[in-house]
Amino acid sequence: MKILVTVKEVAEVEDDFEIDGLGIDEAYLEYDLNEWDDYAVEEAVQIAESGDDVEVVSVTIGPERSEETIRMALAKGADRAIRVWDDAFESVDLLDVAAKTRLLAAVVEQEEPDLVLTGVQASDDGFGATGVSVADAVGFEWAAVVNELELEESVANVRRELEGGVEELTEVDLPAVFTIQTGINEPRYASLRGIRQAQRKEIAPMGLDDLGLDASALDSPIELTGMREPESESDATIFEGDAEETAAQLADVLREKGVGAQ
Amino acid sequence: MTVLAIADHRRGDLRDVSYELVTAGRQLADATGGDLHVAVISGEVDEFAENLNLDGVDAVHTVENGEEFNHDVYAGAVEALYGELEPAVLLMPNSVNGLDYAPAVANALDLPLVSDAVDFDYDDGLTATREMYESKVETTVDVDAEHVAVTIRGGEWPAATNVGDAEVSAFDYSPEGELGSRVLGFEEVTGGDVDITEADVLVSVGRGIEEEENLELVEELADALGATLSSSRPIVDAGWLPPNRQVGQSGKVVTPDVYLAVGISGAVQHVAGMKGSDTIVAINTDPNAPIFDIADYGIIGDLFEVVPELIEQFS
Repeated sequence: MKILVTVKEVAEVEDDFEIDGLGIDEAYLEYDLNEWDDYAVEEAVQIAESGDDVEVVSVTIGPERSEETIRMALAKGADRAIRVWDDAFESVDLLDVAAKTRLLAAVVEQEEPDLVLTGVQASDDGFGATGVSVADAVGFEWAAVVNELELEESVANVRRELEGGVEELTEVDLPAVFTIQTGINEPRYASLRGIRQAQRKEIAPMGLDDLGLDASALDSPIELTGMREPESESDATIFEGDAEETAAQLADVLREKGVGAQ
Repeated sequence: MTVLAIADHRRGDLRDVSYELVTAGRQLADATGGDLHVAVISGEVDEFAENLNLDGVDAVHTVENGEEFNHDVYAGAVEALYGELEPAVLLMPNSVNGLDYAPAVANALDLPLVSDAVDFDYDDGLTATREMYESKVETTVDVDAEHVAVTIRGGEWPAATNVGDAEVSAFDYSPEGELGSRVLGFEEVTGGDVDITEADVLVSVGRGIEEEENLELVEELADALGATLSSSRPIVDAGWLPPNRQVGQSGKVVTPDVYLAVGISGAVQHVAGMKGSDTIVAINTDPNAPIFDIADYGIIGDLFEVVPELIEQFS
């Protein structure tokens, strides 16, 4: 059995930052493995550990810098990695869902996995759409926002986390794409041994040619045209002073509201 | 220009976002003098159609097929409706079910997809507002296409309420072949004996607490205030508190007299579960944290310094 896990390196923005045109100045960004993908990697590795002959392959769309993040997935137990990048990507401000779908669908067609796991969404662009879009493109079944996954021979039993504390129980034919919700498992920390082993694992670079695509695969009618800090709508009364002073002021307000009066 | 909006429902009730889709859809239709069509798929469609017959809706299409949401049925029905109506904009909810069919529909119809829109405008084409980097920045995207699929974030448009005079008609659609997925049932998330929706005062803890051991500090505060302890999602994901303590879109919706958010940044999913609280108090180190946008009172500071002082005040 082969499981393909999509892994994204996301940019996290510091509390104070500056916008430079259509992006955030590099000085205010930190790169990390997308939180949802961390759970997807863990789910794949747990499936591999509970069965014989399961290969876990991670796939990332990202520049060379993202290899650091890919190594994290390898250190946690992925067997090998694919990194999709091409010089043509450099000039693209926004890789839209359709473009990502074309790239990842080409990888799925080459790798022919039995199962594809993705995070529900990425914390940077937050489209929340790539997994299901890829499923449709490659003719797999799917389920979005999965917080429990049990595999059988030809079907998977999943729970989908709906709004308001309700879960849906669904049976899905395999092969399938599942978008994984946080909380489905407890992602492991990479062990020192895992980190050392990850250094020896393969990260295969793939360009558009390797995927049988050309630069038109990146074409998108969706263009990023503006970026700004949202205007604060705050009309909160902010207490000023040191911890003792602010706590005392807050305590007064809370007492006025009847808190702690018993 | 025709706009087609797809309603959302679960277990016999239309969800709020269905009424918000009508407002959003009318906004787009008005921008071009076009018609707003609404479709409702599966469940008690005739009853839903009555509720969706709202001011500004020109037509309601009902698709009878099964009781509950099934993405194969939804995707097939929406694609068939799209073929019939050829709307310039196909509007769907960015709900959990929307996430489960909208991207497949967009891919199948070769439509550009703008997901989780919080606002938009239509001139020569669609201009949508989206948030990125966990709501820290707001972006504008222009779509250069005659047809586009958009999912909207719940709670961003007011719900349509006034009754209209839409034409209601049944749309004939049946999926071909066997469905690739089958919904077997639903379950409420349970665990523990505390009902946070009943509490008058909630002390709610978020990621800012950093370590499981530190929860004790917030528990002590809740005790001192006579409050019930709740949390944002990461605390439940980490297994530090049971799921019945989670406030938010995927947890419980709470409306206490006082909601004290400790180390919670206020992501939109969390806010959806607590914005109806009478008085909201936030303690957070980041002055730009979105929780301060909805808070009535705030302390910008380190919870590890403020909370012990606050406990002192009530001991």
